[in-house]
Amino acid sequence: MTYRRRASPLHAARASVGCAYCAALALATLLLSGPLALGAVVVSIAGAAVGAGVARELRRAALLALPLGLLIMAVNMLVAQGGLTVIARLGHLPVFGQTDVTLEATVYGAVLGLRAIALILCGALYTVAVDPDEVLALFRRFSFHSALTATLATRMVPVLARDARRLAEAQRCRPGPPPSRAQLMRATTSGVLDRALDVAAALEVRGYGAARRPSHGRRVRRPWSRHDFAFAASAVAIGGLAVAGRVADLLPFQSNPSLYAPVGVGGAAVAAALLLCALLPFADRRGIER
Amino acid sequence: MSVLALEHVTYSYPGASAPAIADVSLEIGPGELVVLAGGSGSGKSTLLRAANGLVPHFHGGVFAGRATVAGMDTREHGPGALAAAVGTLFQDPETQVVMGTVRAELALPLENQGEAPAAVARAVEEAALALGIAHLLDRPTAELSGGELQRVALGAALAGRPKLILLDEPTSQLDPVAGDELIALLRRLNEDFDAAIVIAEHRLERCLGFADRAIAMRGGRVVCDAAPAEFLAWACDAAPELATPGARLVSGLGLAPVAGVKAARSTLRSRGLLPDVDPFARGASDRRDRNPRRRAEESALTLDRVWHEIDRGPAILRGVSLRIAPGERVALMGRNGAGKSTLLRHAAGLMRPTRGKTRSSGRVALLLQNPTDYLVHERIAQEASPRALATVGLGDPALANRHPRDLSGGEKQRLALAIVLDDPERQAAVVCLDEPTRGMDRRRKDELAALLCELDAAVLVATHDPEFVAAFAHRVVLLGEGAVIADGSPTQILARGTYFATETARILGGAGGALVPDEGVAVISSFRTAEAQVSA
Repeated sequence: MTYRRRASPLHAARASVGCAYCAALALATLLLSGPLALGAVVVSIAGAAVGAGVARELRRAALLALPLGLLIMAVNMLVAQGGLTVIARLGHLPVFGQTDVTLEATVYGAVLGLRAIALILCGALYTVAVDPDEVLALFRRFSFHSALTATLATRMVPVLARDARRLAEAQRCRPGPPPSRAQLMRATTSGVLDRALDVAAALEVRGYGAARRPSHGRRVRRPWSRHDFAFAASAVAIGGLAVAGRVADLLPFQSNPSLYAPVGVGGAAVAAALLLCALLPFADRRGIER
Repeated sequence: MSVLALEHVTYSYPGASAPAIADVSLEIGPGELVVLAGGSGSGKSTLLRAANGLVPHFHGGVFAGRATVAGMDTREHGPGALAAAVGTLFQDPETQVVMGTVRAELALPLENQGEAPAAVARAVEEAALALGIAHLLDRPTAELSGGELQRVALGAALAGRPKLILLDEPTSQLDPVAGDELIALLRRLNEDFDAAIVIAEHRLERCLGFADRAIAMRGGRVVCDAAPAEFLAWACDAAPELATPGARLVSGLGLAPVAGVKAARSTLRSRGLLPDVDPFARGASDRRDRNPRRRAEESALTLDRVWHEIDRGPAILRGVSLRIAPGERVALMGRNGAGKSTLLRHAAGLMRPTRGKTRSSGRVALLLQNPTDYLVHERIAQEASPRALATVGLGDPALANRHPRDLSGGEKQRLALAIVLDDPERQAAVVCLDEPTRGMDRRRKDELAALLCELDAAVLVATHDPEFVAAFAHRVVLLGEGAVIADGSPTQILARGTYFATETARILGGAGGALVPDEGVAVISSFRTAEAQVSA
């Protein structure tokens, strides 16, 4: 899963705005705890993925995240003993002791799992929709070498994955018993070190070792596009709604001793506004090609 | 003032018993285009690394003498400081491109030099336009082909307008089309920019034609430094492995060798030696119809209407049918993406056809492109049996305890071949090799061709190298868009082509079906004799 420039409003927005948009969605995930609010965030991310043309990538991320969400839910079911509504008595289990599964612990686990899935999806949306080179340019002002190292590590992932596929194919071509895991690990490590040396040499001749701060010449100011404004406004609105919803406790959620998640007009309005703010910038599709 | 000056430079890598370059002195002036020739291990790459400061700053080791680049002494200025004056392009495009998009890649060296953003943006645009990659600027580098990646790496080397550009076998990992495009690009850049270019290359016929000078290295020393024509005259005499096929053809006729197909043709024409014969006219002999096994009833490998269709993707092979007789040596040619590597994988059973069948009379050994992938042990003797090592010419007991990764490229190739052949219980009925000559010098190619000719098994080799095909193949199969578009003797396929053709065939226009210089000399001699008889 890597960034690829697509014709979408989110891809057309500058990286700083794209970062802020994804960060606002993540903030809403962390601040709002009601199932309705989290559901609205997840639907917003899914809608954003469709609007940005990266639905397939996010579906793959969701499939990877789903087992983690279920695991969190299952562990909470078994570990948390709070709640009044017992739905299953499992008796005495090794490690867990006397275990009663309650509806409240199950729902709370599901909410935690949903939150984890939403956070993973925010990360996935950032990965496929925000240009990492532009992000590097943003962080270069603070720590050029660290930012480049991070970018390089990302760039090397597909290269090393291809190397691994090649190595596996070559080993299938060897007659006789296959080499041991230790031998393969040693060969792989040697290959990676060779690659690293080549990359280091390439970086040296590109002047990486003598990297200097940019001179204070006239900066090329990229004018703010309609998409920059739209997503920046969306990020501010989502962040504001999340903070307001949390401070005003518009979407309360309690799971102990019994479930309490009333949906008032205020809460429903926050969820609807969140959805609207997240998806509205995708409506304008002018100037999205580069 | 020279752009690069080396004065008695001697350098040894850490722990090496002998210097990689010894007492090298040379000067390269502004705007010069210099070709660096020599076999593997002759010191070409080390010389280039001494010119960009990687030697000694990056590699360590012992350095003696003085190297000056654009007035900067490399002892005092490391590669980072020299980067403003020297652009470097290495062999492998994969490891030179480090950023996510082409635009960021072109900008990186300038940003490292602390250039202002406006200057960076302008230089990126200009480099992209000069190299014809403006349309790629916002493409992710992970999606580019090898040729495109190498262009991008060249763009990054050029973006800072360096005075000197160093290229270390830049075409060795590319298919011939991408390689020729890159060389043509260099030629134009050399004319447009005033940068001096030093290019180390094995396929000299590609670039000698427009070089100002050629420098030959052997054992780390400069053994010839002359204009291309003089260099070729020296090579025909003292280092035949460095002489281009065209030069050997012209020299074989007793004439002074020249660089390039056009110059060779013109030389022959001016002396009335260019036969105007249709190679496939009625009665013309097929010099390469020497395939006694073709009509054999039994088959070592059969592909019966094999299709390879990718799920939600294209069809890579489209109903390929092919029969290879035992002992037959077949070259598989075609441009990148034609399906050659996929076909070899099907032959070896690494892939299953989506339609059609593959059958073989025994084990199919497959040697993939990167021989290092096969090497997993600490000693050569552990990799294959003594018999298999002896078969590929690595039976010397002195080699047994060496680390496989310390071998040269050609030796690694042979060791990997020994590994895939090494099964005493099931001898290979077919040996498949995927691009085995990439980055090899001519001597190593000749050795490999001789080795393939000695094998008892049928041989199927995917390659872009027509000279190598002419040296070993009984038969050539040309693939295009996943289908067989031509299947015949090397003469039928290589004598008439322009792209899939040897240099001798291109010079002679396929006359007499000659593919290699010796055959060309024989054709012209017989043509002269026939003419003399007619005049008499």
